[in-house]
Amino acid sequence: MINELLGLFSYPFALRALLVGLLISVCAALLGTSLVLKRFSGLGDGLSHVGFGASALGLAFGVAPLYIAIPAVLLAAFGLLQLNKSGKVKGDAAIAAVSGSALAVGVTAAKLSSGMNVDINNFMFGSIYTLSGRDVLVTAVLCAVVLLLFVVFYNKLFAVTFDESFSSATGIRVSRYNALLSCLTAVTVVIGMRMLGALLISSLLVFPSLTAGRVCRSYRGVILCSLLVSVSAFLIGLIASFAFSTPPGASVVLANLVFFCVFFAVSVVMGRLKTKR
Amino acid sequence: MPIIEVKNLYKSYSRRAVLRDLNLSVEEGDHLYIVGENGTGKSTLIKLLLGLIEPDSGEIVFSKNRKTKIGYLPQQTEIQTDFPASVREVVLSGTLGGKRLPLYTARDKKLARDMMEKLNVSDIERRSFRELSGGQQQRVLLARALCATGGILLLDEPITGLDPVATAEFYRLTEQLHSEGVTIITVSHDVSCAVHYGNKILHLGHGEYFFGSSHEYAHSALGKAMLAGGHCHD
Ligand SMILES: Nc1ncnc2c1ncn2[C@@H]1O[C@H](COP(=O)(O)OP(=O)(O)OP(=O)(O)O)[C@@H](O)[C@H]1O
Ligand SMILES: [Mg+2]
Repeated sequence: MINELLGLFSYPFALRALLVGLLISVCAALLGTSLVLKRFSGLGDGLSHVGFGASALGLAFGVAPLYIAIPAVLLAAFGLLQLNKSGKVKGDAAIAAVSGSALAVGVTAAKLSSGMNVDINNFMFGSIYTLSGRDVLVTAVLCAVVLLLFVVFYNKLFAVTFDESFSSATGIRVSRYNALLSCLTAVTVVIGMRMLGALLISSLLVFPSLTAGRVCRSYRGVILCSLLVSVSAFLIGLIASFAFSTPPGASVVLANLVFFCVFFAVSVVMGRLKTKR
Repeated sequence: MPIIEVKNLYKSYSRRAVLRDLNLSVEEGDHLYIVGENGTGKSTLIKLLLGLIEPDSGEIVFSKNRKTKIGYLPQQTEIQTDFPASVREVVLSGTLGGKRLPLYTARDKKLARDMMEKLNVSDIERRSFRELSGGQQQRVLLARALCATGGILLLDEPITGLDPVATAEFYRLTEQLHSEGVTIITVSHDVSCAVHYGNKILHLGHGEYFFGSSHEYAHSALGKAMLAGGHCHD
């Protein structure tokens, strides 16, 4: 079994899948904590649907899907952020409207052009084994930027995530950090979509920090724990998909679900023990 | 020269006026208490002062560009409580304001320690903020606000939820800061203590308001009505 696995990763396509997956898992875990803790986790879902719609449009008009998806998702990220801030439309309602519309546009474009072919299927469920060397490079750069941001501005990110009003009162440029975070989230979603598909990528953003939040009591704890959970769940999911020939994207999400259930059970048991003492 | 000057301020939410033609000035070292019924715009005024929301018209002028270093205590109803953060992390985040390099120095850590000491939360420094009682959370946030202040402190109902000992300690603390020259604006529902400890009072009503020294307030018809029978025990 082990030998088989090692043998598999000697194939470049599998190695690329592994690399991109690990890097995206790191980005998603970090960016996801901000979304979850700000109760804005719907953003990932909305953005992935916009990514799908834009990719399908790109396909219909013969433009490389990535070139239209990245600007479209960035635009959607800023738009939704702005809407959420102005408070005119509730964030979750806006996201539901945007993601539904984007999905409809995508499906219509697909039907009118080529029908629901392999590409459309890949946008929806990902195609982890068709990643290119360029995908690896782009993901590595993205991951480096995200890591740098979280290492250098760790304290400010905490302050901004914990209490926006207080932070801006003390002179932190809150909107800058928000813009930066949603920008990086947008890029993560588009790249992650190539791997896990539009329907599954958002769970990669939400699950790790949700899981970590069950048992961790500090921000630092949540960040570190969600990194660990995210990376382990990806590895386990990928290996399981080899072992049982299950779809890779779905396996990763299921691994995340298992982690969540375990952590949830642990938190319940811990709570019980505490009240007994 | 006043440190904060509010001129002809108007603010309404979806066409319902909350603040109408408000004028006031706060001098350096003042302790202004804002009192008034629920829904008269006290928190709204605080948010306007912080620049968190924009007025419909009128202006708020800060002298000496002090605006960047304000310690703020939000009203308790407005804080998310299921956020996993340790008490220490929360208090330390108060020291960040206006810094280039977002790293905590030894001085920041000492400041945070001192403030936690002052507000009697040192022993729960490692506990999670979301697991604390309302009063404990209030004291933690007060410690954070004290870390952040660069001469101005805005406190929205700081004593709501505090036990008598913590309340007395709060008044002692603000007295001390006041004597150190910190400018404080406090929203409170305890009118008699406001008159006792503050040197200026802003009483917001639905429509009209009173602004003046606490002495003037205590001798106005409105002040007399509000103070009838109440004493600030200290
Ligand atoms: N974001 C908002 N959108 C619409 N109306 C609002 C908003 N915030 C406050 N209001 C309204 O403005 C009025 C003043 O609210 P504010 O929170 O300033 O009152 P307050 O004096 O602080 O009351 P309390 O003593 O209960 O804290 C209220 O009638 C409230 O309903
Ligand atoms: Mg209020």
